[in-house]
Amino acid sequence: MAVRWVKDISAFALIVALTFLGLLAITFFIGRVVPIDPVLAVVGDRATQAQYEAARIAMGLDRSLPVQFVDYVLNVLQGELGRSVSTNRLVTTDLLRVFPATLEMATLGILIGVLLGVPMGVLAAVHQGRAVDQLIRLFALLGYAVPAFWLGLVGLAVFYAGLGWAAGPGRIDVFLDGLVDPVTGLLLVDSLLAGDTEVFASALHHLALPALILGFFSLAYIARMTRSFMLDQLAQEYVITARVKGVAEWRVIWQHAFRPIRVPLITVIGLSYAGLLEGSVMIETVFSWPGIGNYLTVALLNADMNAVLGATLVIGAVFILINRVSDLLYRVLDPRSRT
Amino acid sequence: MMREMPDGATDDLLRVQNLVVSFPGATRAAERIEVVRGLSFTLARERLGIVGESGSGKSMTGRAILRLIRAPGRVAATRLQFDGIDLLALPERGMRKLRGARLSMIMQDPTFSLHPIMSVGRQIGESLSLHESLSRRERKQRVRAMLEAVRIDDPDRVAKLYPHEISGGMGQRVMIAMMLIARPDLLIADEPTSALDVSVQASVLQLIDDLVTERGMGLVLISHDLSLVARFCDRILVMHRGQVVETCIASELHRARHPYTQALLAAVPRLHETRDTLPVLERDDRMST
Amino acid sequence: MRKTGMRKTGMRKTGTSTASKPAGWRAWRAWLLDDSPGSRGQADAGRAYRLTAALLRNPLAVVGALIVLGLVLTAAFAPWIAPASPIGQDLSNRLMPPSSAHWMGTDELGRNIFSRVVHGARITLTIVALVAVISAPLGLIIGAVSGYFGSWVDRVLMGLTDMFLSLPKLILALAFVAALGPGIENAIIAIAITAWPPYARIARAETLTFRQAEFISAMRLLGATHTRIIIRHVLPLCTSSLIVRATLDMAGIILTAAGLGFLGLGAQPPLPEWGAMISRGRAFILDQWWVATMPGIAIIVVSLGFCLLGDGLRDVLDPKHDDA
Repeated sequence: MAVRWVKDISAFALIVALTFLGLLAITFFIGRVVPIDPVLAVVGDRATQAQYEAARIAMGLDRSLPVQFVDYVLNVLQGELGRSVSTNRLVTTDLLRVFPATLEMATLGILIGVLLGVPMGVLAAVHQGRAVDQLIRLFALLGYAVPAFWLGLVGLAVFYAGLGWAAGPGRIDVFLDGLVDPVTGLLLVDSLLAGDTEVFASALHHLALPALILGFFSLAYIARMTRSFMLDQLAQEYVITARVKGVAEWRVIWQHAFRPIRVPLITVIGLSYAGLLEGSVMIETVFSWPGIGNYLTVALLNADMNAVLGATLVIGAVFILINRVSDLLYRVLDPRSRT
Repeated sequence: MMREMPDGATDDLLRVQNLVVSFPGATRAAERIEVVRGLSFTLARERLGIVGESGSGKSMTGRAILRLIRAPGRVAATRLQFDGIDLLALPERGMRKLRGARLSMIMQDPTFSLHPIMSVGRQIGESLSLHESLSRRERKQRVRAMLEAVRIDDPDRVAKLYPHEISGGMGQRVMIAMMLIARPDLLIADEPTSALDVSVQASVLQLIDDLVTERGMGLVLISHDLSLVARFCDRILVMHRGQVVETCIASELHRARHPYTQALLAAVPRLHETRDTLPVLERDDRMST
Repeated sequence: MRKTGMRKTGMRKTGTSTASKPAGWRAWRAWLLDDSPGSRGQADAGRAYRLTAALLRNPLAVVGALIVLGLVLTAAFAPWIAPASPIGQDLSNRLMPPSSAHWMGTDELGRNIFSRVVHGARITLTIVALVAVISAPLGLIIGAVSGYFGSWVDRVLMGLTDMFLSLPKLILALAFVAALGPGIENAIIAIAITAWPPYARIARAETLTFRQAEFISAMRLLGATHTRIIIRHVLPLCTSSLIVRATLDMAGIILTAAGLGFLGLGAQPPLPEWGAMISRGRAFILDQWWVATMPGIAIIVVSLGFCLLGDGLRDVLDPKHDDA
């Protein structure tokens, strides 16, 4: 038994490693084998030939491509992502600072997506074909058709400027910024740790609208998948058995039919979470949210390749990890795959 | 354990009169399709077999009695009475109290009709906890006793297993245990052995037979297998296209009068067969009245 | 609505709808629905007819098809539909609200937004079409080759595909555009590079189902090369799944392209790309909401159209799928 576990985990680790290696290859390719001269980006176009050559050698660009790649991989594994041209700090430092902001927003978003999306999907499946089902399906379909950045803009216009319900752009009210020790980087957590309810309230207020919007997209996907899974289960014979036994209908739905889909739903939720991390790029731009997405887009506009690639790597790595872990969880938790 | 016969043991357990089960047609404008057309029969504490081909309406009869048919299907009858209770007038909550406790059904394939990720013991125990309030220990004991009653060795070990970990025959026994543990009066067995290996079919049927006799239950055995039904039932109903074409006592089956039943009988090979080819059933409208 | 298998229902109808049509039409229909077609052409035409009829029975799919058709027509006839020039500035008319003169209002440079949206349809259609034309065949070939040859070819190609599938598409597209530089062509390439993996998976799955089929062996016996078999026999069998997938993916492509445009990385000004228009309108969102909202509505409508059409196509071409 234990041997199988070891085999499974090592196979898993190998796949993750290979995928990550592929990601590194792509970012390396983008970084080196593309029109922009990386040396120029560092030394500027007024550098002398000597300075240019010196920088080139310092950056290891005189070696062959494969060697450069190995250097690159080794650097990344040590956390060396280069220096940002625009902030002039180490990219790694920057990323560590901005990532929690994105994490906080995405996590709240997925919570909304799950808490609303799963019941909606079940409801739609149970009342298949009727008005509730059509409405939910249409609502979920919008999640595939509406651009996130547009929804963010409109949301700000309506709920912030128009109704004054939501807080404005940014993570927290300006005068409350920096009052709380950044222990985890997650404002909600840090403010609770510090016992500062005012900061907590402000942070939550600012999180509300962007998290709701992310939650909407997550909800669309989760509701759609939940509905699909539930329809499959409700068509099974064992549901009839449950009714024959005299089980109450709500129990038939939640304790019998819903059970087998809990594990596939974990995979779905994992995929959605990964998707939110990716989608946060657009939302952060609109809400001036100091997260990794914003960092990436600002770096893009500044042609700060180190920062761009660093951020791409981190987002990509987290994305890969979440996907693979969801996959693994599925295989581990499903009792039918245990034998 | 012998159940004491209530007074008036000749009272019918089940009275069905003019049962009609219909479903919507292919398009909105089309007429409703009747899969059971005016079925009538009574059942005392005896064993009744309902035989027919696929599509004859026999399974639908079973489900209609338990009121399991949901919209857009419709069930109507002049009378549908169980032990004096009018099943059609009963609200769903009342029906739920009856299901499992007084009326029960075993289905065809335990691979699909057992819950895939609940342990066997838990599934059987649920039947009990729905209708009787017992302590956990009492419930475990009853589950164990029931598993023994369906002739499963090592019941404690089996109770912890999942349905995909047990064989088909054992699965069907589990199904029987689950449906009989709350001591219902009437059992409907819908093709209980059709999905099982031939070698196991006889023992499972014998088990059903024994339990039903022991508890003085009524049994409706639905099957496509005429000889099987003839062996295990007291009376037989032959269905064709939603209607009963023949009613007879099992022992008198060979003296069936309706051409459809005769054709069914003729199509079965005998041990000492002398015919060169088996006659093929001619299905025409003259067979259903 | 749960859709049951539609393929078989395209049989001869005895309804009254054809009774009033002229004899010629009825003869055509009978020819198309003939159970024993005389030629390959007749069989193909008949199948197309049946599928189209089945598709048209689904009201949502019809809506989707009409929207997509609308997009194509708008793009084709943009200069005639648009009342004004999409790039002609008229500063005296800046930021006018929607009215009968300007159906969607004007933007900060006085340009008619409706005209810009209409011309933007061209850009959207171009991007979507080019991405599909690049990524679908690419994925198709990779998947078909992978499934057909099996063994190490399959493992390598699928490993590559899986790796790409595990990567965040938007982020990679952003990174590619960052490297290649902003512009509509680079945006198309960047999106296409990340869009091909699903097609590879589908093509491989389809290929696997009939790789061992006897007709493949028969072709080999007749001396057909692998290439010929793949091109003439394997690829055509994958097309219906690919069409469904491509249509469903279109919404995502439109959104990604709009996102790139929003960030200034797609079509450059003064091209009226919808995402870029929303970005420009961002500054005025509070008082002149129409500048940013109108292009967004266009995006939503077009994406919805593709989603509905894709769902409908899937119901018709692959009735066994999960009702999602």
